[in-house]
Amino acid sequence: MSAWKKHEIFEKNSLILTIGIVVMISIGGLVEIVPLYYLKSTIEETEGMRPYTPLELAGRNIYVREGCYTCHSQQIRPLRDELERYGPYSLAAESMYDRPFQWGSKRTGPDLARVGGKYSDEWHRDHLINPRSVSPTSVMPGYPFLAENKLDTRDIREHLELNAVYGVPYTEEQIQYARADLVAQANPDRGDIDGFEERYPGVAARAFDGDPSDVTEMDALVAYLQMLGTLVDFELYDNNANLR
Amino acid sequence: MAEHKKEIDKLSGVETTGHEWDGLKELNNPLPKWWLYLFYATIVWSVGYWVLMPSWPLVSDYTSGLLGHSQRANVHREFEAAMSERAETGNQLMEASLEEIRSTPELLEFALASGGAAFADNCAPCHGTGATGFEGYPNLQDDVWIWGGSMDDILQTISYGVRSEHPDTRFGEMLAFGRDEILNDDEISAVANYVAAELAGTEPEDGADLDTGATVYMDNCAACHGDEGLGSKELGAPNLTAPNYLYGNTVEAIEAQVNNPRHGVMPPWIDRLGETTVKSLAVYVHSLGGGQ
Repeated sequence: MSAWKKHEIFEKNSLILTIGIVVMISIGGLVEIVPLYYLKSTIEETEGMRPYTPLELAGRNIYVREGCYTCHSQQIRPLRDELERYGPYSLAAESMYDRPFQWGSKRTGPDLARVGGKYSDEWHRDHLINPRSVSPTSVMPGYPFLAENKLDTRDIREHLELNAVYGVPYTEEQIQYARADLVAQANPDRGDIDGFEERYPGVAARAFDGDPSDVTEMDALVAYLQMLGTLVDFELYDNNANLR
Repeated sequence: MAEHKKEIDKLSGVETTGHEWDGLKELNNPLPKWWLYLFYATIVWSVGYWVLMPSWPLVSDYTSGLLGHSQRANVHREFEAAMSERAETGNQLMEASLEEIRSTPELLEFALASGGAAFADNCAPCHGTGATGFEGYPNLQDDVWIWGGSMDDILQTISYGVRSEHPDTRFGEMLAFGRDEILNDDEISAVANYVAAELAGTEPEDGADLDTGATVYMDNCAACHGDEGLGSKELGAPNLTAPNYLYGNTVEAIEAQVNNPRHGVMPPWIDRLGETTVKSLAVYVHSLGGGQ
């Protein structure tokens, strides 16, 4: 067969075959991935997106560390039943400061993209310490150590810096006062809450773990969970301008 | 590339590829026809797909396709359709009083179905799937209502929450009598024993000074919880004679609450769920057994 004759050169020379594979995959990448970087329609225009506060970012790091994404997705798909259960479908804009994103693909537990504000801090604490205490049939493991572990804040400034390198718009002030802001958000009575509010206007600051004496990993994780999906103002968001 | 001579396998009459392993040779059979045509068909299909569906990226946009397909537009349409399907009954529900809802099977069925579904999604994590609550999360099946068990009271609580961030939230906080040093340890112990013995009906400690407890109670607690301990729904002050204490009714639990009270938070639901679903929820919760 003539096709075989032309193909023979690939089949008999591994180097040429390798080059052929690289060329084909590159075409796929160029057509499917590269346009997402320059098409304006990739990321929707929204009101309200802001970078994570240092405490939320630390909480997000714990979320990643504990592998929450293996059982919880953070992506509400544009399907009616998901809209009715979870709220507005997730937008690309909502993950634009996520490095890496936490969309996940498995839902052993519910989707968490809009869990922020849905339950009280106390519920999150009880549930994280022992999920069975409030949800008797839950198969989620307990994370009681989060309430006991003091949050490691030594490298929080570097976390902000690294995110800034990737294009997250942290100001120099936000980076400089990262640690102070972290303490102030979890402990408004002791930290520099005025400075925090100036750098992160309108962001909730309270003892997320219910204990104002210390900044624990529980503070950070609950702060992160309580802001998930709450940033974009869907009153102002124009659905029809962002059809895909 | 080593040229090989054309070699025809004697048995099958098919050309070999020229590969040989210990005398075994590979036949160079053509691809099955069905497979090949299916492959060609997928290529033709892709061309049609490019024309009809969103596909190729351009300089500042992408081809949107002749069918104008949009997943987001589709879901908006489906969502709107579902909403308008429910709108008629939903609007009737919004207008109707509790008595009217109860006497109209169609409305009651609608409210209980949508309220039940919303409860399972949103309320069960704290109040339990059976609505019997947990320590710190009120039981909705019983007759004890901190903020009132009438239809309007329940509607208000679900809509705006308790100690939530909503401006119309219900709000009430007990003073931290121990932490803020309003009462000393002896007084707290006395009043906790008084509340346990006289109001809650649980065992006081041996030798408890109930007379002092009564005085402390009248001076500090009666303003909100009432002289008889019946509480105040306007202030969210629990009825202390009721059997279910949110944080326990032993002397120890009462002492802890007087010393440094815990205050649960209920989120507001009106913005998240919308007023029709919230009303359905209120009807559902009211129907659970304790509605007044």
